[in-house]
Amino acid sequence: MFLDLKTMCTRVRRDIIKMLGYANSGHPGGSLSSVELIVSLYFKHMKFNSRNPQDPKRDYFILSKGHACPALYAVLAHLKCFNIDELYTLRKTGSRLQGHPAKDRGLPGIEVSTGSLGYGLSVGVGIAVGMKQAKKSNKVYVLMGDGEQQEGSIWESVMAAAHFKLDNLCAIIDDNGLQIDGATKDIMNIEPLNSKYRAFGWNIIEINGHNLNEINNAYTKFKKEKNKPTVIIAKTIKGKGIHYMENLTEWHGKVPSKELIIKALKEIEVSSSMK
Amino acid sequence: MVEIFERKATRFGFGKGLVELGKRDPNVFVLGADTISSVAINNFKEIFPDRFLNVGIAETNLLGMAAGLAIAGFIPFVSTYGVFVTGRPWEQIRTTICYSNLNVKIGGSHSGIMVGPDGATHQALEDIAIMRCIPRMKVIVPCDFIETKKAVIASAYVDGPVYIRYGRENTPIFTKNDSYFEIGKANTLRDGKDVAIMASGTMVYESLSAAEILEKKGIKVKVINIHTIKPIDEKAIINAAKECGAIVTAEEHQIYGGFGSAVAEVLCKNFPVPIEMIGINDRFGESDYGANLMKRYGLNDISIAEAVLKVLKRK
Repeated sequence: MFLDLKTMCTRVRRDIIKMLGYANSGHPGGSLSSVELIVSLYFKHMKFNSRNPQDPKRDYFILSKGHACPALYAVLAHLKCFNIDELYTLRKTGSRLQGHPAKDRGLPGIEVSTGSLGYGLSVGVGIAVGMKQAKKSNKVYVLMGDGEQQEGSIWESVMAAAHFKLDNLCAIIDDNGLQIDGATKDIMNIEPLNSKYRAFGWNIIEINGHNLNEINNAYTKFKKEKNKPTVIIAKTIKGKGIHYMENLTEWHGKVPSKELIIKALKEIEVSSSMK
Repeated sequence: MVEIFERKATRFGFGKGLVELGKRDPNVFVLGADTISSVAINNFKEIFPDRFLNVGIAETNLLGMAAGLAIAGFIPFVSTYGVFVTGRPWEQIRTTICYSNLNVKIGGSHSGIMVGPDGATHQALEDIAIMRCIPRMKVIVPCDFIETKKAVIASAYVDGPVYIRYGRENTPIFTKNDSYFEIGKANTLRDGKDVAIMASGTMVYESLSAAEILEKKGIKVKVINIHTIKPIDEKAIINAAKECGAIVTAEEHQIYGGFGSAVAEVLCKNFPVPIEMIGINDRFGESDYGANLMKRYGLNDISIAEAVLKVLKRK
């Protein structure tokens, strides 16, 4: 099973690089660091029917770090929400795949427009409250970045989620340690994240965000949690999977040259054949 | 004299409309932010406690949660003071709610300078401007208690985001339960061919009163209540301009970017006529009794009548 998820992660990484190459713009670093977290969620843990993405029984996924949308678009395409060729319309005239997720374009599987950081968690809190009120068991997942934790609005929603005892809400922090201007700890330190969330009344799970086994255990554990919201703090590597991008902040919003794209695709291919 | 049936604050119309909606529709959900009694949404909480949440003093989360509730299939209404509900979470309203076209209804209470003694921090005077510039947002400024109630109920049944501006102070009730109300349609309250006063919110009553003052001078004034500032009733504005040839706008809001600007945009594009604008003239409010401030800032019938005389000279 994990082999399948692993293969899917490789395919999604390849798609991200190709999409960004065709678009000639976008955010490789934070898309690549999120891959395992999103793939595991959609292919193993979330209730999601790609034939009916608006199914009232679905679990909800909010990509608060909207700039990582190439990873989400690729996952949705592999789930057959839309034709995989549409991936290559990313950021182009008339595309449903906007530079940041746009609900109004009608791309199946996009719950809400995101891209301005710090908004997603409160949207998740609202959905989770709605599910509780309707006595429904749907889960709500919100993927955030680590830099995003600097936004004050995040902490309003962190407070509310614990206050309303939203055990149906799972926040995931793709903690790659880098933001546009440099290392998160240098720009505006957010650590210690675990004790901050704990102090607000959350259940904390800390994992390696590229280890599918640990990710699987974390999502499984979340689903059993009662009375508290859960945050999965996932240590990740920005640019994961492309050697020359890894842990370099310059690859936040830069697209590689043609030569470097070919190099990246080769590296992905080699690593997948080794598995 | 303009016939007044009673004096009652528009906030109670908002609260009453919500309670009626709550009875009609199990999907109506109300969120407050620590001001629930003063913005008059507390009755809804008492009657429908399981469809009400107080999120505390946290306006960005207030609007974010409303977005989530809309995604979950509810019709969320949020309300707190107009300054706080439109200003602090403006980007949530723009990007999360309007860009996603979510069905969120926003109530901005304590609008205008009439709020008085609390001073400029609490007097919403820019909310119309910053709400009407966002694509998909509808903006409604009802003129009295009854109209506010109607606006709340009607807003639940138009798809997408709506901003309803209302107030704390007691103001005259001069419309009736059976007066016509439709979002986007202006109501002509008084006919005349010399000049048209177009007003929103609290200034509608003042405009009717101004028309009576002017009647005594032999000036026939048309008074139009434009409760929906967006989408604005272009046809009514153009027809009035053609018929009267001069327009005065009146609003309890900054002139820049507000209701008068919206009317001017329509006129400039379609049928330019002289226009005078009554409103706050690019300044902050201050502490005092509301009635004193309305007078000092030129937001009353006498100022409107003076503006009419001025615009008639330009006709």
